[in-house]
Amino acid sequence: MPLYLNDEQQMLRDTARDFVAEHAPPAHLRQLRDANDTNGFSRDLWKQFAEMGLTGILIPEADNGLGLGHVEAGIVLEEIGRNLSPSPFLTTAVAAVEALKSTPHAPRWFPGILAGETVAALAIDESPKHNGRIAMQAERAGNGFRLTGAKRFVAHGHVADLILVAAKTDRGTTLFAVPNDAKGLTATPERLADSSLASHLAFEAVEVDADAVIGEVDQGGTLLARLLAAGRTGASAELLGVGGGAMDLTNAYLKERKQFGVPIGSFQALQHRAAHLYSEMEVARAAVLKAQQRLDSGQDASEAVAVAKAMSGLATTLAVQEGIQMHGGIGMTDEYDIGFYMKRARALAELFGDANFHADSLAQAAGY
Amino acid sequence: MNQDLDQFRQETRAWLEANCPPSMRLPLRSEKDATWGGRNPIYAHPDQKLWMERMGARGWTVPDWPKEYGGGGLSAAETKILREEMAAIRARNPLNSFGISMLGPALLKYGTEEQKLEHLPKIARGEIRWCQGYSEPNAGSDLAGLQTSAEDAGDHFIVNGQKVWTSYADQADWIFCLVRTDKTSKQGGISFLLFDMASEGVSTKPILLISGNSPFCETFFDDVKVPKSNLLGELNKGWDVAKYLLGHEREMISNMGAGGIDPLVEAARKGVDPILRGQIALFQVRARAFAAMSERFIDELKAGRAHPAQPSMMKYYGTELNKIRHELLMAAGGSDALEWESEASIHGAAARAWLRTKANSIEGGTSEIQLNIIAKRILDLPS
Repeated sequence: MPLYLNDEQQMLRDTARDFVAEHAPPAHLRQLRDANDTNGFSRDLWKQFAEMGLTGILIPEADNGLGLGHVEAGIVLEEIGRNLSPSPFLTTAVAAVEALKSTPHAPRWFPGILAGETVAALAIDESPKHNGRIAMQAERAGNGFRLTGAKRFVAHGHVADLILVAAKTDRGTTLFAVPNDAKGLTATPERLADSSLASHLAFEAVEVDADAVIGEVDQGGTLLARLLAAGRTGASAELLGVGGGAMDLTNAYLKERKQFGVPIGSFQALQHRAAHLYSEMEVARAAVLKAQQRLDSGQDASEAVAVAKAMSGLATTLAVQEGIQMHGGIGMTDEYDIGFYMKRARALAELFGDANFHADSLAQAAGY
Repeated sequence: MNQDLDQFRQETRAWLEANCPPSMRLPLRSEKDATWGGRNPIYAHPDQKLWMERMGARGWTVPDWPKEYGGGGLSAAETKILREEMAAIRARNPLNSFGISMLGPALLKYGTEEQKLEHLPKIARGEIRWCQGYSEPNAGSDLAGLQTSAEDAGDHFIVNGQKVWTSYADQADWIFCLVRTDKTSKQGGISFLLFDMASEGVSTKPILLISGNSPFCETFFDDVKVPKSNLLGELNKGWDVAKYLLGHEREMISNMGAGGIDPLVEAARKGVDPILRGQIALFQVRARAFAAMSERFIDELKAGRAHPAQPSMMKYYGTELNKIRHELLMAAGGSDALEWESEASIHGAAARAWLRTKANSIEGGTSEIQLNIIAKRILDLPS
């Protein structure tokens, strides 16, 4: 499989690019923020994603989805990133779908996702840094389990119809599908720097039936790994979009802004930095496509996924930093979009583990 | 189709398993372990010759060249499989050659049928070692300012002048050389000549470098007679050939940053401080990502989808990465890596390699020149 997009994937990219830019450009985010929206995204837009078939991109054809892969999901995510569109696409249509696929939960939740009615949230993290450790306990109780503990950084946690929760059980990890109205569950949404909302979730003896278990008891590690691989690869693609969008804005500005009577883009000092940034972004792009292709072909993708998340985080961080600096003072104003890119990049870089976390995991895998 | 490729993979795997000597599956210990071939070949180990000849006989030193020119006639997909299978057993490159990586592609594109039949098979089999006569004392980054002249003398040219930084000129059999055939036009007055280094009037002098080695030479031409049939491409249009070839040179140099981070991982496993460990891990991220970029670049190149200026990005990133890698290797090695002559240090291989990498971002067009090209030709930034 050559490491570039084939013709069909390029067509999907063109379609997704037009659709997202038209319906959810950066102005859409600005509008939600200025209105102090408490939902975190537009339900109407989520419906439109569904009408385009995009919410079913990873859902198998047998379940009425498009049956496409992570390359295609990434194409959509990159456009979401480029436009800073607030959307539950990554958590719901990518990470949750991957975890639910081929389990008895698939027929329960996929129709709602396909219809653009269901939103899923991922209750994975318990500390300010993703560290892979789970303290939350799920004890057997009655016909099911009793969940006690806390989760944080749960995007859409306060409005999600379905919350995927990772918890410790007797002999391993178990993944639960918890409805948002479960008794004892409270969600406290917090506004983040990028204007999105992520919740602190408190589970006080939340009782769920045995059929809330996704897959099998104690065997959730495999599903969680699948969820995380999809989430990390998807977040990498969205990061590419954020970095690429910031780079495009900046390059346009370099061509238009004049100082000393000439466009500032004619200065070699800035040209070299722009060219270096381009190189970093291209290398990150290759790493992300590599991870997507490996996931889609069923090959071991753990190393490629770690490289993709770390590299896209590093490159996009540089893209937004250079974006602000090269815009000069105007880049610091709320009126210009470049600052929004910086804030979204930071949030996505933390999601599912930052560059340091993934570099560390590579080092451990290599035995040092 | 896929079934054919699967079969090709199995056959390739079996052939490599049977034919690649075990000693050729070990990492290079120093520059001397590399195989260059030529009329007067130097081998640190007899298996190098065997491995080069076995691969050459199948055309697999140049797997994607046509069979009639000594190549393997493999498709892009088959070439990729061969590369993957060689990597899987960590097979060494059977032949290092400027003929393969630089001149060959230019000959395939610009050569006459006679020139192709004369030169390409010898390159493929490692019989003739080539060097590149581009840079001059006053034509480095400003390469088109070169002055070495070739005067028309009927059926041949008379070449006079001096080249510098000619890698391995003292060991090369032939040179591909940029010469001035018209003084009235800068880029439009350059021609591309091929000639034998044994010709009368050619002399070379090694340049001792900070690494204590002399891979580079000064090369002098004093009334060298070159038959006109050795002109590659059209008269005064050598700049086009030179640029085409530079793209391939940059592609080759960029590969240095890609694979082979194992010595670094090995050093890290032996124990380094946590800060260096973190630096190595972050470097590993970039090195793996760049390996993916190299794969993507080659795939796009083969499909004719790569931006023509993309080799500049590859060259820039790959060489900067390689320099970082050797800085980290030196840091991880500590005082052991500083030993210059001991047996244990393989005569200072680590230190000499580290010093050698400092030229990576100078030769073949400096990093700054590559960044200029990216800025202008890819990002379209104003002049």
